[in-house]
Amino acid sequence: MSKDIHEYLAEFDDIPGTRIFTAARARQGYHLNQFCMSLMKPENRERWKAGEASYLADWPLTDEQQQALRARDYNRLLDLGGNIYFLSKVFSTDGLSFVQAVSTMTGMLVEDYQAMMLAGGRSPNGVRSKKDKR
Amino acid sequence: MARITAGVASSHIPLLGLASDLNKTGEDYWRACFAGYDWTKRWEAEQRPDVVILVYNDHASAFDMKIIPTFAIGCGERYKPADEGWGPRHVPDVIGHPDLAWHVAQCLILDEFDMTIINEMDVDHGLTVPLSMMFGKPAEWPVRVVPLAVNVVTYPPPTGNRCWKLGEAIARAVESFPEDLNVQIWGTGGMSHQLQGPRAGLINKEWDNRFLEDLTANPERLRQIPHIEYLRETGSEGIEMVMWLIMRGALGANVKELHRHYHVPASNTAVGHIILEKRP
Repeated sequence: MSKDIHEYLAEFDDIPGTRIFTAARARQGYHLNQFCMSLMKPENRERWKAGEASYLADWPLTDEQQQALRARDYNRLLDLGGNIYFLSKVFSTDGLSFVQAVSTMTGMLVEDYQAMMLAGGRSPNGVRSKKDKR
Repeated sequence: MARITAGVASSHIPLLGLASDLNKTGEDYWRACFAGYDWTKRWEAEQRPDVVILVYNDHASAFDMKIIPTFAIGCGERYKPADEGWGPRHVPDVIGHPDLAWHVAQCLILDEFDMTIINEMDVDHGLTVPLSMMFGKPAEWPVRVVPLAVNVVTYPPPTGNRCWKLGEAIARAVESFPEDLNVQIWGTGGMSHQLQGPRAGLINKEWDNRFLEDLTANPERLRQIPHIEYLRETGSEGIEMVMWLIMRGALGANVKELHRHYHVPASNTAVGHIILEKRP
């Protein structure tokens, strides 16, 4: 494995349709992810459900992060430093399963996504590397 | 003296826990997936291990972004199932083995593995789902558990080779514990899955099965797999398989495969499960 951190990180950008949770994303998304963690507590889930905007006002999030949260735009939230295990607190509070929430990031209808999984999942062929197209 | 007798690897998909908790394991979707653990439940009932060193990762439950330990060992008396956003699982509390855990922690630090020591934490599906898969639904878990949490969420996680070496060090530590204990080591997580982005749903049966095969046939190959290969070939969450290498490293050169199970899908994930017996 590469011991050069620059080479190590550069390879991540070559994977299609994937955001690796690097230190840079962890910094960018720190408050976003900690906001998500707050939904682990039932009383916070109730406050969030009662008024998303007022609950968000307690957190130092960017306007983009707030808009993406309100829109449940999970691909955007990944781009803004969110991590899927933290974001899962948001969709769990909405009553969505991992399959339901994850399918929204693929551009597929949840029924089609479930059918793909039952048929053996998404093949890695063609989605391993952007530059090598394999 | 304490001794490691066997290694177990298993996926720890949260929906497996839910299927168990809601008594859905006989439904069409779940039957084949759970059937692969029937042999294991009988085997564990015969083996009656005293302690399981359970290698898993926390999924934003006990650890948030404030503290990110690469390797952490639970030295507490007991651990409650975590509320992961939909209320805690209704499964028994997990009873620790603080004497063994502190012994292992001390040995590992002297052996140059600088562990984080955890005395209080809740344990999430990463730890409780494997217990359900191996033991079903008892009133109390029939083993004591030493939780060993690995960061596989924030990059970089530890390398596969480092995980292997940690497993070797854990084996040395266990063997120097004076009490006569039958200890198993479990590696959990995997196999191929991706829970995020447009590539979500990726499954790589061929790669997963080669990994299962090489746990006995060519474990040296597995030690050298770089993170980028896990990411490209097994999806962004397939990296959890480095935790299987802690288990494998703890078993030494000679192992015998006793049981294997592979099933697609459970939720978004390929279920993999193997039992390896340690041989002298």
